[in-house]
This record gives sequence, C-alpha cells and structure tokens, in this order.
Amino acid sequence: MNIITIEHISKIYQVGSEEVRALSDVSLNINKNEYVAIMGPSGSGKSTLMNMLGCLDTPSGGIYDFKGKNVSLMDDNQLATIRNKEIGFVFQTFNLLPRSDALHNVELPLIYAGVPTAERRDRAREALISVGLEDRITHRPNELSGGQRQRVAVARALVTNPSIILADEPTGNLDSKTGEDIMSLFNIIYEKGNTIILVTHEEYIANHAARVIRLKDGFVEKDYQVSDRYVPVNNNSSL
Amino acid sequence: MKNMLFELKEGLIISLKALQANKARAILTTMGIVIGITSVVLMSTAIKGIDNAFQTGVASLGSDNLYVDKWAWFDNDIPWWELRNRREISMDDFRKFKDLAKLPIAISPSKFTNKSLKNGDKLVESVMVIGTDAEYLKTTNLEFADGRFFTGTESDGSRNVVVLGHEIAKELFPTGDGLEKYIKMQGKKFKVVGVLAEQGSWVMGNFNPDVQAFIPIGCVFKYFSSQSRGSITINVRAPNPLMVDAVKEETIGIMRRVRGLSYDEIDDFSINQQEGLLDNINQTVGVIQIAGLFITGLSLFVGAIGIMNIMFVSVKERTREIGIRKAIGAKKRAILGQFLSESAIICLLGGFVGLIFAVLLSMVIDQFLPTTVQFDSVILAIVISLLTGLVSGYAPAYSAARMDPVEALRYE
Repeated sequence: MNIITIEHISKIYQVGSEEVRALSDVSLNINKNEYVAIMGPSGSGKSTLMNMLGCLDTPSGGIYDFKGKNVSLMDDNQLATIRNKEIGFVFQTFNLLPRSDALHNVELPLIYAGVPTAERRDRAREALISVGLEDRITHRPNELSGGQRQRVAVARALVTNPSIILADEPTGNLDSKTGEDIMSLFNIIYEKGNTIILVTHEEYIANHAARVIRLKDGFVEKDYQVSDRYVPVNNNSSL
Repeated sequence: MKNMLFELKEGLIISLKALQANKARAILTTMGIVIGITSVVLMSTAIKGIDNAFQTGVASLGSDNLYVDKWAWFDNDIPWWELRNRREISMDDFRKFKDLAKLPIAISPSKFTNKSLKNGDKLVESVMVIGTDAEYLKTTNLEFADGRFFTGTESDGSRNVVVLGHEIAKELFPTGDGLEKYIKMQGKKFKVVGVLAEQGSWVMGNFNPDVQAFIPIGCVFKYFSSQSRGSITINVRAPNPLMVDAVKEETIGIMRRVRGLSYDEIDDFSINQQEGLLDNINQTVGVIQIAGLFITGLSLFVGAIGIMNIMFVSVKERTREIGIRKAIGAKKRAILGQFLSESAIICLLGGFVGLIFAVLLSMVIDQFLPTTVQFDSVILAIVISLLTGLVSGYAPAYSAARMDPVEALRYE
C-alpha cells in the first residue's frame, strides 16, 4: 500500500537576494512496511527532504501526496494534524521536554490529539513499556541516559500509531553500543509492520534498512533495495 | 466546545508546570501586577470612602434646607464684586421675611464669627461660632449628647449661653462635665447649656457641627460686631424635600418685597441649597477619581509591560520546546493558548494577591476614612488582571504560535 508519493518536488530557499535550491527534482514512493534509509552528504538536501516528508515544511513545487491527501496545499494547522496523527518523529538530539517526566513526554502527542487523560496515560505507559522503560516512567530526561532518552523519544513516536516513523540521525548522539540497541529497537518496530524512514549519513546505520535512497545536490542519485540487510540481534529482551 | 475546554484545561496545566519551573521569575513578574491591582483597588476604595463622607456630610445639612445669603455659595456666573456690592441682609430683613413667609416650617438667622474658646487654661482657637436663634435647631438635624439648645427666651434676650460641638466640648471639658459650666469667649462668660452628639462628617471642615459652637445671635452683635456690619444668612426649612422648589419660589418673592426691588431689578441675594454643594462635591470627587485612577492605572500599565517583556523572554527561551510541540502536532491555537494562559495565570495570581493587600491596607485607611473594599471592586480587580494578562500576553503568545517548526527545532 502506498503511503507517500512524491512527484518532482523542489524546494527553493531565499537567502538574502540569492536563491538556494535545496531540492531540485525529487520523485519517490514509499509503501507500507518499508524500511527506507535516506542518505547523502551534507548539503545533499536530505534534511530538507526529511522536513518535507515530515510535513514540517511544504515544497516550492511538485506534488506531495500522503495517503491520498495533497500535503503541498495544506495550511499550518492541517500540517499539524497530519504530523500529529500520521508521523512519529525521532530526532538526533532527542528533543524531549526537559522539565517533564518520561510519561508526560510520551503523552504529549496524545494531548494535541485530544485524547482524554486516563486513556492517554495508559497508552503512554504501554508505549514506554514497549521500549523497555517500564522502570523509568517518572524519570525526567536529565535523569536518563542518552539511550534511555532516545527510547522515550521512540515511545513518543509510536504512541499515536503513526503511518510512518521518521528518524533523523537517531544514533548520532549515542555511543555505538547504545546506537546499536536503538537500531535493534527500530528493527523490531519494523518487523511489527511499521514503516520507517531513516535519515543518516552513516553507511553502517543505513545498512539496517531494506531500501536506500541516496541524494546528491538535490537529486535522487540512487534508489535501491538492500540485498544483504544487516539484522541486529534482539537485545531488547523485554520485547 | 468540549474540544475547546479540553484545550483550555491542557493549556492551563502546561502553563502551571512552566510557572512552577520558574518560580522566582514568575513571582517577580507578578509583583508588578500585585502593586498595580493593589493601588487601583485601594484608590477606588478610598475614592468611594471620600465620596461617602462627602455625601453623608452634605446630607447632614438636610436636603430640604435653603440658605438665603448675600453670597452665592457655588454659582460662579455672578462676578464676585457684584456679590460684594450687594446690600447686606439685616436682622430687619429676616424679621420681615419671617412675618411674610407661609410655607417654611422653620426660619432662623445665622451669623458666623471666629472666636477662641477658653475654659481655665484649656483653649480652643478660632472656633466657628454661629450666632442664631432657638428655631435654628429645627433647620438642622443636630442631636444632643447632653443638655439642650437655647430657648426662645434665651436667644431673644441675648443671654450668655452656648451650645458646644462634640469636638470642642471634648477639648474644653475632657472629663465630659461641661454642662452648666462657664466658658470664656473674648473675655465674655457663656454658660454651657448643651453639648452636641458626634456628627462625624469631617469632610465638611469648619461646617462640621462637631467643631462649632452656637450662641444667641444677639450676643454676636452685642459683643463681637455691630448690627450694621456683616450680613446674616437666613436658614429656611421646607416641610419636606418635595416642597423645596415651592418654598424657594416663595422665598424669592418675599425677599424681593422685603428688599424693595422693582420688577426690572435683579435679585440682590442668593438662595443656596445642598444641591449646589452636591454638584460641587460631585465635580471634585469626579476629578479626584479620574486623576487617581489614571495614576494608579499607570502602575498597572507598567506591570503589564513587565508581563509582556517576560513573556517575550519566555517564548524566546522556549523556542525549542515550541518547535517540539509543533513537530508532534500542536496547532497554532494550542501554542497561543499555552502562552496566553501562562500570562493570564501570572496576572490573575497577581490580582488575587493584590486584592488581599488592598483589603489589608483598606483596614488601615478605614481608621481615618471609613471605607471597605466593595464587592464590585473585587470583581473589577479580577477582570482587570485577567484582561491585563490576556492583552499583554497576546503579542508574545502570537509570536510563539506562528513560529516555523523547522526553525524552532534548529534553535540552540
């Protein structure tokens, strides 16, 4: 099933009097239960593409179709709704609310979805348990390790049952052991039938994905299935 | 509707958490509003107290009284030199007037003089001494603590008797045993026949009976000024407030006759009444009100600017938080609501604390100006503080709501 269809989208930024073409002409499809890595050196447009895919920004030209809805024409509030219901973000810097505990951080998207308090708590707790943080529910981010913080972020991304999980360098701020744990978590999420888009510049991380899209100078350079995908050991024993 | 309540509730919870995390700053910011609300409430309370004092003071004059005088008390249309050039109103005029007037229930002359009163070594300087006759009592609402007013015989015979106002009696006879004792006024002995009960309308200044003394009008002429010098006032009391206009008409007619004015001459006397005083007082109180509320309003305004400033800082500081919230689906309205409710809470809190201060301080003020914080100023204070919060928080909240999530997330 087709979730995302992008046709000839471009993004042009105005920097002073100069026009910067971050994306020139990108077309791609992403189907349900795909595990896609978007790769490219800095300046290749992968951040811009991620912002497009995540409905944080709209393209300057072309068509972005998300589950049959034309995102290119949406206003800010409609975009917010799409992000809330359809997309789960995992960021490199975790982006948790520092003064709120893990539970509240995971609850947050449900608050904006209008889910009543009791149901929201239950779902957030479940999501935290599913990432192996059942004993860290009331901890604040500064009381958690980097890996634990990223797990909270993953729980927050999963709690709304989104159509896609969008992870931007999710292991960038973690040591390799912890990074591996998070990648293993993503693998489990993928195997449960979720769709994951991973933005990275590390070959080693991209190898976890089933499909790789390489960007260069605002174009898709390569788009291919990975034949020998690296499947990490499941060391998330609780799952 | 349900959705809005839900958003409001969530916004409030989020803002309370944010305030909790920044207690010191929230408290300092609130101080501006606390001071503003305290001063506004206190000022409106004090003004109400002043107004009440004036009103009761004026009411003690009696609304059905007319005062025929050479001078116009409040009418500023007639130039003062014309008033000065008017003929004096004499005791003769008073007697003729009294003979002819039918409607009034009481008519009495009065003449003011300023004297020092002495009881042995106790001295009260420059007391307003009112010379009048026995009927004066019927033109006022005076009440007695002790004794009586002087009788017709005493006033007609110009006997040396005196009735003391409450304050004067207290100064001259601290133990309260003044009745039947003698006091001295410019060397002349006067017997105290009565002491008035406390009237308490301090705003009337010298016109407060508490600081006055009353003697037969004949004594004023006999001892303190000659018959030919100085004009008297004729106090006229209508049977009831509804009759005041009729009595006024009659009074003007009779006075014109008494004064021998022909039809083409204008009145050479003025009919003064409480209404004129009321107009005057209402004007004065109105000016005090506007000036007072304007000045205290300024302090509230300064407080509001403080709130706006701190909210801008808060929005800037939490740019990343705003980015996170937007990324995971917060709509503009949700962010707007979050910051608006934050500033509203700060201001409401300030409003409540300010109210408490105002109530406490009004108890202090109450010691010398009877007043209490009215229920409507409580409501007003809460509404004003809420509005201040919403108005001063709007610009910062709006700037937060329209942030670009991509930019906000990138903010360090």
